[in-house]
Amino acid sequence: MLSLLWLIVALPLCGFLLLAIFGRKFTKTVAGIIGVGTVGLSALLTILIGISFIAGLSHTKIYVQTLWQWFYVNGFNPSIAFHLDSLSMVFIFVITFVGFFIHLYSAEFMYDEEGEYSQFFAYMNLFVGSMLILVLADNLLLLYLGWEGVGLCSYLLIGFWYKDPANGTAARKAFIVTRVGDTAMAVGLFYLVMNFNTLNLSSILSSAQQQWPSGSVMAFTASILLLGGALGKSAQLPLQTWLPDAMAGPSPVSALIHAATMVTAGVYLIARTNILFILSPPVQTIVAIIGTLTLLLAGFSALTQYDIKRVLAYSTISQIGYMFLALGVGAWSAAIFHFMIHAFFKALLFLGAGAVIISLHHEHNMFKMGGLRKEMPVIFYTFLIGSASLAALPLITAGFYSKDEIIWFSWSSSIGNPWLWIGAIIGAFTTAIYTFRMVFITFFGDTKMKPHKKPGNLILIPLVVLAVLSVIGGFIQTPSSLGGVSIFSSFLNLTLPAVITNHFSEGFEIFFQVITVVLALLGIYIAYILYARRRPAERNKSAAANFLLYGWGFDWIYDRLFVRPIVWLAEIDRHDFIDYFYILIAWITGLGNTILKQTQTGKLRWYAMGLVIGAILTISIVLLS
Amino acid sequence: MILVYIILILFIGGLLAWLFSRISDALSRWISLIFLIAGFVFAIILWLNSSASFEITNSQNWITEIRFSWIPQFGISLHFAADGLSILLILLTLFLGILSVLTSWKGITKNVGFYHFNLLWILAGIIGVFTSLDLFLFYSFWEVMLIPMYFLIGIWGHENRVYASFKFFIFTQASGLLMFVAILALYFIHGHNTDNYTFDYTELLGTNLSPAAGMWIMLGFLIAFIVKLPAVPFHNWLPDAHTEAPTAGSVILAGLLLKTGAYGILRFIIPLFPEASRNFAPIAIIMGVAGILYGAKLAFAQNDFKRLVAYTSVSHMGFVLLGAFSFNQLALQGVVMQILTHGISTGALFIIVGSVQDRIHTRDLNRLGGLWEQVPNMGGITMVFAMASLGLPALGNFIAEFLILAGSFQSTVFWTIIASLGLVASALYSLRILQKVFFGEKKEEWKISDFEGRELLVMASLIIAIVWIGIYPQSFLGTSQASIQRILYINESTKTLQVKSNSIFRKVPGFGEVKKDAELK
Amino acid sequence: MNNVPVMAGLILTGILFIIGVMGVLIRRNLIFILMSIEIMLNAAGMAFIVGASKWTQPDGQVMFIFILAMAAAEVAVGLALILQVYNKFKTLDADSLDKMKD
Repeated sequence: MLSLLWLIVALPLCGFLLLAIFGRKFTKTVAGIIGVGTVGLSALLTILIGISFIAGLSHTKIYVQTLWQWFYVNGFNPSIAFHLDSLSMVFIFVITFVGFFIHLYSAEFMYDEEGEYSQFFAYMNLFVGSMLILVLADNLLLLYLGWEGVGLCSYLLIGFWYKDPANGTAARKAFIVTRVGDTAMAVGLFYLVMNFNTLNLSSILSSAQQQWPSGSVMAFTASILLLGGALGKSAQLPLQTWLPDAMAGPSPVSALIHAATMVTAGVYLIARTNILFILSPPVQTIVAIIGTLTLLLAGFSALTQYDIKRVLAYSTISQIGYMFLALGVGAWSAAIFHFMIHAFFKALLFLGAGAVIISLHHEHNMFKMGGLRKEMPVIFYTFLIGSASLAALPLITAGFYSKDEIIWFSWSSSIGNPWLWIGAIIGAFTTAIYTFRMVFITFFGDTKMKPHKKPGNLILIPLVVLAVLSVIGGFIQTPSSLGGVSIFSSFLNLTLPAVITNHFSEGFEIFFQVITVVLALLGIYIAYILYARRRPAERNKSAAANFLLYGWGFDWIYDRLFVRPIVWLAEIDRHDFIDYFYILIAWITGLGNTILKQTQTGKLRWYAMGLVIGAILTISIVLLS
Repeated sequence: MILVYIILILFIGGLLAWLFSRISDALSRWISLIFLIAGFVFAIILWLNSSASFEITNSQNWITEIRFSWIPQFGISLHFAADGLSILLILLTLFLGILSVLTSWKGITKNVGFYHFNLLWILAGIIGVFTSLDLFLFYSFWEVMLIPMYFLIGIWGHENRVYASFKFFIFTQASGLLMFVAILALYFIHGHNTDNYTFDYTELLGTNLSPAAGMWIMLGFLIAFIVKLPAVPFHNWLPDAHTEAPTAGSVILAGLLLKTGAYGILRFIIPLFPEASRNFAPIAIIMGVAGILYGAKLAFAQNDFKRLVAYTSVSHMGFVLLGAFSFNQLALQGVVMQILTHGISTGALFIIVGSVQDRIHTRDLNRLGGLWEQVPNMGGITMVFAMASLGLPALGNFIAEFLILAGSFQSTVFWTIIASLGLVASALYSLRILQKVFFGEKKEEWKISDFEGRELLVMASLIIAIVWIGIYPQSFLGTSQASIQRILYINESTKTLQVKSNSIFRKVPGFGEVKKDAELK
Repeated sequence: MNNVPVMAGLILTGILFIIGVMGVLIRRNLIFILMSIEIMLNAAGMAFIVGASKWTQPDGQVMFIFILAMAAAEVAVGLALILQVYNKFKTLDADSLDKMKD
């Protein structure tokens, strides 16, 4: 069964090829069936492979399938090979499964939209294929292939409605900002090739562990360069600016790429190369600090957004901040757990928001919505479940279990820190506020706009399934005070190191959990007071709110620091000043011609005079010297 | 012998195409197509048969070699030989040659016979350059490819063609003469040392040169090669020539003519001048890095579609210079890949520009826009090659750039990191192409038709080639491996004097870790 | 002949030569220029004769015969050219005949 692993990747890629080459000849139904079907088959296959993988865990914990050797140069020989272990298992499960439901949703969502239907599915399939390559790659070069592939799909899908130049700008911004991170990562790969002459993940990690002492410069360099790539892809400080603009793409794209899967690639990369990070404690601390700062910055920014998708975008940045925080304190499996749960509820929220937006004629402004609770009940309830999970409503939602685990480890881990914990709980508090602000503004109060169409089953089924997962997903990993289920972490700890905690008493842990719970509830209550009771008619337009609205002015700084100088440089030197050097040579030659031409008068006696003077000069030189 | 056949096929094909154009233009096209395909078949036979003999490493052991006497008094012979590197380049030459004939099928209506004569003779000259092992012969072919190209630009080019053809001619001719002087100097020094006056490459290898003479002679060769390549600051002929040349001319210029410079560095500079090239490496690497970034910056600034693509060549060829002067297998194999993939991807982009221009008679990016709706095939294909040119993995250029940078990282960390910024810069200009031409709003109502049969065939073969190199480059890397190993081996073994660590060039910042290179071996 | 000092002969040839040069430079009529060239040629020839008598060698006289022949040929060609020029331009003024400038 495991030998069919390659098919999981190949199916979506085949779908892409079919749709890209023959797409325009297919009817929408056929295109939809191919697009959704290939990912569906992949998901099915993933479940089958998952079952046989788990069944075979007693003897094989890692399954490697080599398809062919990519190339061979002087001992450096990366292969096209897939590596299945518990970490990649979780990722491929989320990618294919959530991916399938998002495809299903898109089949209806995109049906009446402008743009080529088959092309949309071609890009989506290519995305799923690349993402699967990313998480299954057994060497960093193949991982980089997937990494750039998902970047390309993200670019194509953000700019899918290409007629609006703003979408094109957002798409290019996403590509270029992540490319900056990718370049750091590429340099990291060169560094690893120089040191180990291989990019195979397991051999890099084992030789690093043997050859590099903890805290060595080599480990520091390698891990910080890889971190650069992770920051770009996962929209963390200081490369977070592209993600809010990426919401220009269709909503299923935001759900799949910019919430559930691609943006967590950075988390995957760090988890995958965990040994490099463990070997360089300073970098791990940097990861934790960046995660905390990002979750706070993005959380505050989300408080003032009025575009429903931008609220979700900032919340995505913030939640990935939590994952980075978890990675930074060595709580590897907690990060991955939050990734999975986040994929469920965030995809759900984006899909719900998309359904709302499309039934209100592409209205993104929450303040123009309202009262949708009665108009679209299914969407409301599923959205509510998703929001509750995001806000970590205690006990019943999955988000509570995953986030609580991170918050707890941010202090209790051996490399944790109370300051990180404080950041994390403030973040949790703002999460609760902005989430329910969004819910109250959008779904409560008076109806301002009437939805013009009711979503069909293809839209509702994914919502319901994801809502169910957003609730029950949490019960596979609970804190020791609430049953201490650890199915997920023990599965992942086959691959990732377990978190090392300082010893705290159980009462202490419960006390901390109560604080978290109280803050989350308090946040929801504040949102209720501010936005359900008072119902402001439009957004807060104060300077501070605008500052947060535009993401702490990062765009402004980058625009002045990088964009404008480059454009200026391009414009002043459009005609290549080096060319003037050659023009100068040509001009001097021409000048010489002009000057010497004066002597050519055509007058016979003038020439004779020249002859005579020359002769006299020559003779006098001969005689006098 | 097969090499001579290939070259003769092209020379004769060119003459016949010219002669038969009196009867009909179509006949002339078919003749050149058929002769090129025949040559291509020969080259493929050569490629397939040779795969058995790739274990050569150190000895002078060519896959195919032939030598006739020409002017024995001066030690000049018709000495042709090919190893893996040459075979790959011959394949690329004939492949792009076939596509050039196909792309000019409808666009060229003036003087069709003479056009194909020039086209085939350029290709013959290029193959001659790639295979001759006698420096005199090499120089002759170097000139043979120059003059037909001058006609191609000057007669069938666009608006400013006369200026461009003169500029092209003067740059390449002036630098070529320097090379000729250097060849003569090498000839006389070798003759004086050994009393064996010969132009033969294999005998000139290992000529004992004083450091100063070695440096000057190497510079003579190198200037010819880096003008052709081109490297900043000798690149100024390129944008004009590429922009003004007819489509097939641009394809051949970018795809092949530039590669003769890269080939020259690999075949002549590195093995013939081990010390001089190593001493000069820091400067060459800096020029390469400057080319990568400056070329990308200029490409980003252009408003003329074709000029933009032309400047991307400057950027990509910077990688060649960076890789070639890193002196290790990763980088040199990367250079070979870059030669192949840049030929394919830039050739494709030029064909796309040409077909846009043929259809709507403008290349002004400010007037284009929103074409995707009308020409989705063209848009999708452009997407592939724009992505190739920004180095997307799974397409060939990525393999090339990765190998070059991974290799050069081992010789200079600092400059490699600077060069890596080129990855971001290439994204800037590549995405600008897509946005300005295919996405966004329509600026003017163009009547433009999508690619049809013949063009789709051309594009499909280019896409297959670039994807092939992207996901299974081993079929090409394996071919060139032995040649690259031998080039490096010769460079290292004939390095009688240690590279002087106090040479002025060693003091360039960023080269402190040069010694590490030696330790790694 | 022997009592004429060599120096006197050379001075005479020098004066003759300078007269010829000045004639070429100053006169504008092509015929006079041609005549001045003849004077220069003869001055050169005379210098050979003087030299020949000094060293009593026949080479100088041989050279003079060459110069004489050449001068004759030159006059023939030169006059022919002058006639053509006059036919074409109706002038023999050297300064107005500057068509070759361009």
